[in-house]
Amino acid sequence: MTLAAGCRQAESGPRCGGLRQRRPRRPAGEQSRPAPPPRAWAPLEAPVGVWAPLASVTLLSFASRFYRLSEPPHVCWDETHFGKMGSYYINRTFFFDVHPPLGKMLIGLAGYLSGYNGTFPFQKPGDRYEHHNYIGMRGFCAFLGSCLVPFAYLIVLELSKSLSAALLAASILIFDTGCITLSQYILLDPILMFFLMGAVLSMVKYNSCADRPFSAPWWFWLSLTGVNLAGAIGVKFVGLFVVLLVGLNTVYDLWELLGDLSLSLVTLGKHLLARVFCLILLPLALYTAQFAVHFAVLNKSGPGDGFFSSAFQSRLIGNNLHNVSVPEHLAYGSVITMKNLRMAGGYLHSHWHLYPEGVGARQQQVTAYLHKDLNNLWVIKKHDSNTDHLDPSCSVEFVRHGDVIRLEHKETSRNLHSHQHEAPMTRKHFQVTGYGINGTGDANDFWRIEVVGRKAGKRIKVLRSQIRLTHLATGCILGSSGKTLPKWGWEQVEVTCTPYVKETPNALWNVEDHINPKLPNISLDVLKPSFPEILLESHMVMIRGNSGLKPKENEVTSKPWHWPINYQGLRFSGVNETDYRVYLLGNPVVWWLNLVTIGLYLLMATCAIVAIKRGVQLTVEFKELSEVLLHSGGKIMLGWLLHYLPFFMMGRVLYFHHYFPAMLFSSMLTGITWDTLLKFCAGCLSCSVGKRVYTYGTLALMLLIVYRHDGRQRTLQLLPLPFTCKIIPRYISLPCYATGFVIGLAY
Amino acid sequence: MLGFLKQPVVVAAEINVNLVALTVMGLVNRLWALSYPRAVVFDEVYYGQFVSLYMKRIFFVDDSGPPFGHMLLAFGGYLGGFDGNFLWNRIGAEYSMNVPVWSLRLLPALTGALCVPLAYQILVELHFSHCAAFGAALLILFENSLITQSRLMLLESVLIFFILLAILSYLKFYNLQKCSPFTAGWWFWLLLTGVACSCAVGVKYMGLFTYMLLLAIAGVHSWHLIGDQTLSNVSVLCHLLARGIALVVVPVAMYLSFFYVHLTLLYRSGPHDQIMTSAFQASLEGGLARITQGQPLEVAYGSQITLRNVLGKPVPCWLHSHKNTYPIRYENGRGSSHQQQVTCYPFKDVNNWWIVKDPGMQQLVVSNPPRPVRHGHIVQLVHGITTRYLNTHDVAAPLSPHSQEISCYVDYNISMPAQNLWRVEIVNRESDTDVWKTILSEVRFVHVNTSAVLKLSGASLPEWGYRQLEIIGEKLSKGYHQSMLWNVEEHRYGKSQEQKEREVELHSPTQADISKNLSFMARFTELQWKILTLKNEDTEHKYSSSPLDWITMDTNIAYWFHPISGAQIHLIGNVLTWASANVATLVYVCLFLWYLLRRRRKICDIPEDAWRLWVSAGGLCVGGWAVNYLPFFMMEKTLFLYHYLPALTFQILLIPVVLQHLTDHLCRSQLPKNAFSALMVAWFSSVYLVYRTFSPLTYGEPTLSAAELRALRWKDSWDILIRKH
Repeated sequence: MTLAAGCRQAESGPRCGGLRQRRPRRPAGEQSRPAPPPRAWAPLEAPVGVWAPLASVTLLSFASRFYRLSEPPHVCWDETHFGKMGSYYINRTFFFDVHPPLGKMLIGLAGYLSGYNGTFPFQKPGDRYEHHNYIGMRGFCAFLGSCLVPFAYLIVLELSKSLSAALLAASILIFDTGCITLSQYILLDPILMFFLMGAVLSMVKYNSCADRPFSAPWWFWLSLTGVNLAGAIGVKFVGLFVVLLVGLNTVYDLWELLGDLSLSLVTLGKHLLARVFCLILLPLALYTAQFAVHFAVLNKSGPGDGFFSSAFQSRLIGNNLHNVSVPEHLAYGSVITMKNLRMAGGYLHSHWHLYPEGVGARQQQVTAYLHKDLNNLWVIKKHDSNTDHLDPSCSVEFVRHGDVIRLEHKETSRNLHSHQHEAPMTRKHFQVTGYGINGTGDANDFWRIEVVGRKAGKRIKVLRSQIRLTHLATGCILGSSGKTLPKWGWEQVEVTCTPYVKETPNALWNVEDHINPKLPNISLDVLKPSFPEILLESHMVMIRGNSGLKPKENEVTSKPWHWPINYQGLRFSGVNETDYRVYLLGNPVVWWLNLVTIGLYLLMATCAIVAIKRGVQLTVEFKELSEVLLHSGGKIMLGWLLHYLPFFMMGRVLYFHHYFPAMLFSSMLTGITWDTLLKFCAGCLSCSVGKRVYTYGTLALMLLIVYRHDGRQRTLQLLPLPFTCKIIPRYISLPCYATGFVIGLAY
Repeated sequence: MLGFLKQPVVVAAEINVNLVALTVMGLVNRLWALSYPRAVVFDEVYYGQFVSLYMKRIFFVDDSGPPFGHMLLAFGGYLGGFDGNFLWNRIGAEYSMNVPVWSLRLLPALTGALCVPLAYQILVELHFSHCAAFGAALLILFENSLITQSRLMLLESVLIFFILLAILSYLKFYNLQKCSPFTAGWWFWLLLTGVACSCAVGVKYMGLFTYMLLLAIAGVHSWHLIGDQTLSNVSVLCHLLARGIALVVVPVAMYLSFFYVHLTLLYRSGPHDQIMTSAFQASLEGGLARITQGQPLEVAYGSQITLRNVLGKPVPCWLHSHKNTYPIRYENGRGSSHQQQVTCYPFKDVNNWWIVKDPGMQQLVVSNPPRPVRHGHIVQLVHGITTRYLNTHDVAAPLSPHSQEISCYVDYNISMPAQNLWRVEIVNRESDTDVWKTILSEVRFVHVNTSAVLKLSGASLPEWGYRQLEIIGEKLSKGYHQSMLWNVEEHRYGKSQEQKEREVELHSPTQADISKNLSFMARFTELQWKILTLKNEDTEHKYSSSPLDWITMDTNIAYWFHPISGAQIHLIGNVLTWASANVATLVYVCLFLWYLLRRRRKICDIPEDAWRLWVSAGGLCVGGWAVNYLPFFMMEKTLFLYHYLPALTFQILLIPVVLQHLTDHLCRSQLPKNAFSALMVAWFSSVYLVYRTFSPLTYGEPTLSAAELRALRWKDSWDILIRKH
């Protein structure tokens, strides 16, 4: 009897999950065959045989991850970011990060619960923690990282029904130096991988319950999958790949159900709805809830304000847009500041300094400036008259969509001006300058003001309206290119007039401050964006932030092809010879074994699939083996591909640690593949020899992995790969040997 | 003996009048008034310069694609007797008399015209009716955008021609497969598929998409073949081998041959030499070869050398030093060593010369016999003109404070404890005792005391450093990077011990004798790598567009504008065809999904063979559209409407497929069938009408008035040039 699924413990009714039961449409002839010859490998019988290894694997995993957790007692690598963000949650100050908030919220929560008060600045790697309590946060990450091993064990056990495959996969992960290192610090990766493996585990479990749909365990695992998916994507956007994996698996699942003519359309509809609810709606709701918590917790102004729009900032306590009241509609004579709509856009700014010789016309500079300043103030004037609209005798005249206006810089009384000289940095655009004296300039100072998506004659709103300024004479549009000016421009951002009429946020502005004593002030609270709006905006900012992480020219970056061959690691801590050194590098034996296994798997799968297609008669044993290889192995292989290939197409900066989710899949694949191969070899040989081959093969593999495990991965030298072979393991832990022998004795 | 004369000699010819008529119409339609306008139109300005370079046999690198397309255009120029003397600098410039405009544009026009009968044949081979096939050909014939693109010296029509040819020959091959495998015809079509694929890829890398699609289709068909248990294992193997050879080996070989011809034709040095490595440059006639010809190969102690950085980015440059020192304090207040500057200089200069010195000896001349420098040897580098040692020390570099400063320090005559020792590491060595070779060896210099590596940081120095590039000592060698590698470019054995004589020697050109020839594969690999990695500066273009604009044709491109008459040529499609093609795609996808789900529940709406036809035709047309369109969403380069044309061609082929399916299977009775046919006629006439309406913008004549132009602006987003009077 093959091993039953985990849901057996929950119910004692009809068994679910057995490989055989799941294939109801087996040709009748096969079942009436004489019993297969005695197998070379021992089938698993008692639950003790499952739980004891699980317990020892878990124990080992925790022991290896928690060993010397507090060292080094200083900030390592990205702890400087994620620890800092944890502190922000504790202090409730708003910040910006390219990843969704769940991971950092959990870190913050762990820190809060363990008594960390959020006062450590996390300024740069190498800063000592001193009296601050950082163990709680590290311990939380290490805890989640330790769970990966039992998860991998259970997944492989469920997929292959083979204890040795599961043990092989688990031991690979236990003794992989890279996984240990990555789990020990305050990073998002252990959290991400925890949810990722959790999602795969629950997906595999609910697949096993497929013969009893709508039962309690089925619902439990299905909704747990959804919860884990929400978690994975809530930590990093890389979680999308596992969503894709589960999605593809579900589509396949539904396709099989659709082909089952014994099911009525109503049942099919129920299946579909259940999956839509648990795998789409539930994760979406949870994901949104994370953001709701995120925005509710972070209600104070902080370092992330500038990345967001004016409306967004008005939510934050301490921001100068919070609870202010300004006139709602623009009128002639109003004093305003204009903010560019691109991310970190800056305010339209000018100052007395001129463009230097040789950079366009030698007129006053106009730039975009990220900070609030008196030089950001502009006065809206009619293009043809220079009357003072603030004179009480004048009636209020509102600015309307399509009006031709003149913008006068308040401090210097020069007009916003453009002409057909090339801009300082973006040579194909026109230069923008300040021109004229006391508001008297020329026809090049006239701009048409337009609101995106508005009809002519409508008024223009503060904050809400997205404004485009079109230069009347040349037809170009005022925009900020995002490039930093050299020293002469005080390293502010370039402002140009672009002749390419495109709808980009670069060319759109909104009015932020608005001063007009003749108009009634309204409270900006009514302008506060709704939750869906801030959700959308924070996503736009995150996506732009992610795509903005481009490698700099000549920077040595990690390439995806480096990763599986363990070409180069990541330095976590220690620049100098004397420092405590931590280097993230995979166990070479494990990684290279994984790499070889992928080739081996492809070879075996091709052979199996061609053999089946050519109609070769296989024995029942081999059929089962190829079933495991193609279906279970295929799922894991797909997971590996989905977590690895997309990186080849990413333009952003990549790091070695991005490979670790794929590495988890690759390790599980190694377990399944070698186990199948050994069983296959054993099946080919005679019974007793086969048994020995199988047992010794499994043992040899495990010992190989244990042998190369260098427990003191922290002392690995800073050497590129070719030299890592020279590192001799300092000690080989006895418990590892012991496990090996226990496994050997089990056979 | 003369028995064959007993029978009359009979030649029975079967002429498909449809095909002939379509070909003639296509030729008329594409070739009519081909040499008008006699001015440079749009991207002709870009391709034209390469044609000129081919005519003059001057080497160039074009990062836009492989050379086959350029060679075809150049072949047109060769036939027309073009001498290459034309300055391609401005769109709209009048062609001078020596430019054979007609023959330059002939090849794209011919291939464009042949797409019409190809479309007909493809639908016939897909087992659709001749009526549907004729319809498809007509739609291609009256597609304004395809006409514009094929009437000019541009490559899209050539690409589309090869794509369609590949599809057609695969279909022919596949249809022969069932009845007569391994016959001459079978081999011919199979090989033609491979050849056409490689030509498509050779014209533009976009051809890869269709090649992949065909490989996938061939893969699926081969998979069925494997499952066919009536075939023996040996014959299955033969089938697979034949496909492997024709669809993989032949295209690769063809692709290599394009480069072989390209490199054979272009043997003179030219404007893009600097991008290539010294070894490559030395293989070209003129340029660097003139200097390096006959240099000694092995670098020895006492050699006078120039060192070029292998990376070549941001500009190719040589290790350089000059009398000026680093400023005592930088602008940001950090201090420097105030020693002599070492930079990387992008121009040839006498200050680029360095002398390799043995630390144990005082002399700067090459002994007799020369003692070559090998991998791992320790040397000192003496700057030729100032005779100071290259040195690095624990002072922060001017722009990269985390790295060490490189300077020139103490004259070689002054004896000091040797702290300016550099270990020579040849990175591309074959053995550990390799000799340091001119041009060929890529060398890393490791400072012995601090283990810093001599590296180009890529930043340019401020005014005090004359904007030359910064050189640093990188302490943490983060693996292998080309910015740390140097190769000897110019080289001679130093003979003069006296400084004055040596200066004269440094100023004189190098001389001696040996030649270094690169193998074809080495040259190919380098050129291919450069083509793939060379990044043009991200240019914004007035007519660039995003892929989303293409489906609905929200954008157009103004190709040419007559400054006086106001006649203009635009890339603008037949709006009706584009819209219908979109509708057809939508209908196809919906119907396909509907059938698929119903068939899974064992409900068959259409007969089995109709279903198979529906899948194969749709797989080809929708698949072809998808693979040629969707990848653009992931590209970051500047995109134009003409990138959509291959995808559009596939989408147009789908229209008659869907129409015939609708008439055959959804109109059951006679009445709707008749109504449908009437509708078809009306629709085809409107397609023709739209074509006529936009043809002034397609052919550039007749000249339209401002009012007529305004009337043609059917979409607000179209940019049609209307002159203000």
